[in-house]
Amino acid sequence: MGRKILLDKINIPGIKTYEVYRRNGGYASVEKALKMDPDAITEEVKTSGLRGRGGAGFPVGLKWSFIDKKSGNPRHLVCNADESEPGTFKDRYLMEYIPHLLIEGMIVSSFALGANLSYIYIRGEYMWVFKTLERAIKEAYAAGWLGKNIKGTGYDLDLHVHCGGGAYICGEETALIESLEGKRGNPRIKPPFPAVKGLWQNPTVVNNVESIASVPWIVLNSGEEYSKIGLGRSTGTKLFSVSGHVKKPGVYEIEMGMTVEEFMNSDEYCGGMIDDRPLKGLIPGGSSVPILPQHLIFKTANGEDRLMTYESLADGGFATGSSLGSGGFIVYNDTACIVRNTWNFSRFYHHESCGQCSPCREGTGWMEKVLWRIENGEGRIEDIDLLWDIQSKIEGNTICPLGDAAAWPVAAAIRHFRDEFEYHIRFPERIKNRDHFTNEPFEKVKHLLQKQSI
Amino acid sequence: MKVTIDGQEIDVEPGTTILQAARLIGGESVPPAMCYYSKLKGSGGKCRCCLVEVSKGSEADPRPMPKLMASCVTGVMDGMEVKSISSPRVTEARKSVTEFLLMNHPLDCPVCDQAGECDLQNLSYNHGKELTRFHEEKRTFEPEDLGNNIQLHMNRCILCYRCVYTAEQLTDGRVHGVVGRGDHAQISTCVSAAIENEYSGNMIDVCPVGALTDKTFRFKSRVWFNKPFTAHRNCDKCCGKTTLWMFGNEIQRVTARKDEYHEVEEFICNECRFDHKDVKDWVIEGPRKFEKFSVINQNNYTRKLEPVQIHTEKQILKGREQDRKKISMVDVPVIDNTPKS
Repeated sequence: MGRKILLDKINIPGIKTYEVYRRNGGYASVEKALKMDPDAITEEVKTSGLRGRGGAGFPVGLKWSFIDKKSGNPRHLVCNADESEPGTFKDRYLMEYIPHLLIEGMIVSSFALGANLSYIYIRGEYMWVFKTLERAIKEAYAAGWLGKNIKGTGYDLDLHVHCGGGAYICGEETALIESLEGKRGNPRIKPPFPAVKGLWQNPTVVNNVESIASVPWIVLNSGEEYSKIGLGRSTGTKLFSVSGHVKKPGVYEIEMGMTVEEFMNSDEYCGGMIDDRPLKGLIPGGSSVPILPQHLIFKTANGEDRLMTYESLADGGFATGSSLGSGGFIVYNDTACIVRNTWNFSRFYHHESCGQCSPCREGTGWMEKVLWRIENGEGRIEDIDLLWDIQSKIEGNTICPLGDAAAWPVAAAIRHFRDEFEYHIRFPERIKNRDHFTNEPFEKVKHLLQKQSI
Repeated sequence: MKVTIDGQEIDVEPGTTILQAARLIGGESVPPAMCYYSKLKGSGGKCRCCLVEVSKGSEADPRPMPKLMASCVTGVMDGMEVKSISSPRVTEARKSVTEFLLMNHPLDCPVCDQAGECDLQNLSYNHGKELTRFHEEKRTFEPEDLGNNIQLHMNRCILCYRCVYTAEQLTDGRVHGVVGRGDHAQISTCVSAAIENEYSGNMIDVCPVGALTDKTFRFKSRVWFNKPFTAHRNCDKCCGKTTLWMFGNEIQRVTARKDEYHEVEEFICNECRFDHKDVKDWVIEGPRKFEKFSVINQNNYTRKLEPVQIHTEKQILKGREQDRKKISMVDVPVIDNTPKS
């Protein structure tokens, strides 16, 4: 049984309401924090080694220390709850079942940053969560945790929830800020970074829901204590949203450093594969990270155990590794078609590209069209190299990381499952059926691709 | 601040971008720019045509930048070393951006009014490939009417956002913008409004492609058949300094004066642009200067011209009414008087 930091109280009945949450030790961190020096809180978060849980894994304390306090402009904290990565649903779970934890984290973090106006930007599809949060904020205002002169300390904080229009790109921090300002959600060109010029040109910090929700525990138990959990530079606990062909999909909180094998096969977590079909691939961090083929899931390329940490999942770079990303853990068994899956992801990125810079706008659409052709038996053998070429031209040449996120899954699929693409192209009649690998897994027909001599 | 671009050193003010520094040097190293417009605040960074390699960050931090940088929005640092045309990575990236831009662009230059002064044509001439690898269907849009002066061809648009910035910064009350997302994003007015602002015509000048063209000039002539003259008039709304595009004695089109990077020198008002098509309204200063390689330069008067044999009636290029039809109208039969051999 691993230690739980975020989800320890989630099963208490009525934890959604203020009374129950408060009775179970809620808002204690605010009481403690308001007596502390704001910079000391930042220091605590720095020592804790907490890394951003939204995908990039940038140290939270470091991000906070970049905020421009000298200019004297009002500062803002924005919570990024625009969780739209396919395969990731941890933030929704957290906000839906224990909304006060996020609000508590927002108050403590805002105090540390000296922000008097903070926002939670939630995606448009989470309307019911939006209402849950609104209700929780109202309760917090009523109890005096928000508003003017909080608990007589002289610190003011206003917290608003803003509901987005449902665009993936608004999860990119500068696009989120644009959207929050009421403009079209196009990512800004950096520099200037939000820490200097963010919301309304004021210094702004944008953090993921899970990062902010981890702060109360750090304040209560010290960053030192937090850094003891986990392994190496991957400290603390992390939520994983498990989906795909496993017995028990859902949201799990684990201490970092557990082996992938244990996480997937122990009954406490995923509970093993859904049936006796073998494992084919794993996406450990949401749709934008590279897929891992079967032989690289439990062991890294040099034979070490693959662990659930930022470092171990990324071991081997993109050639043989992947990335922890946002923790969207998607498991595939051999009924899954990698080509179809890649097409599906490409379709998503095509639909969600903001259309601002040309490589991403045109390239994502092109990749989707080519993949759709291959999946439907109209591919040509040179299309595989073409796809490789397109993705390499998108990657790194765009304003925001969406271009990279669109390119990586395609690159990894071709890198590890090239023969499956070839199979689709060379045997179009065999993949006509929508679920072509269900009855005839790829392993059984792989021999067809080998050169035959008569 | 010293910055070196393709081995050429230049001293610039702090705050200058790499592209501006390169333009000060001039020549081959100037990155192409499809979306950046020096007169429009906030433009740039979108088309990714101007990507350059920064091989040395600055004197203080000499590490090279890992990614290619958009030169139009990257400020120079002291001691920065930039590779533009000299880096194979950059030329490769420009090639691919050109390919991306041409992918969904209808190759209808033969009927496009912008042909001959189109930035995308220049870009593909310099950086494009001859063959296409795009075999899918191009995305298309329903035609939309923007009023009597401006013709919108959304299919040709490369979403540079220049017209949006123009409307934002030059006119009071922008009625058009980018609607939708990704490659289905389009320039559109909110519920089919006409763009009728007094300075809206400048959108035509800033458009790098044929997406926004002059409706009063539509299908009148090819750009290279016109003779441009620099002219001015006393206008109470704008500077009144324009280029007149003449065919014989007729003013077929009025545009603002553009510099060598196809940026207008001063914006003009719609009255000058659309309503004064009479030679008497203007003080003509003289013929406009061209760039050396402009397609319009094919008609220039300074170079010694080889006698061109035009196998048609004499004086056809003088702009007589009956002759013009033969050049631009396909349904008028052309008299074939090629010498029979």
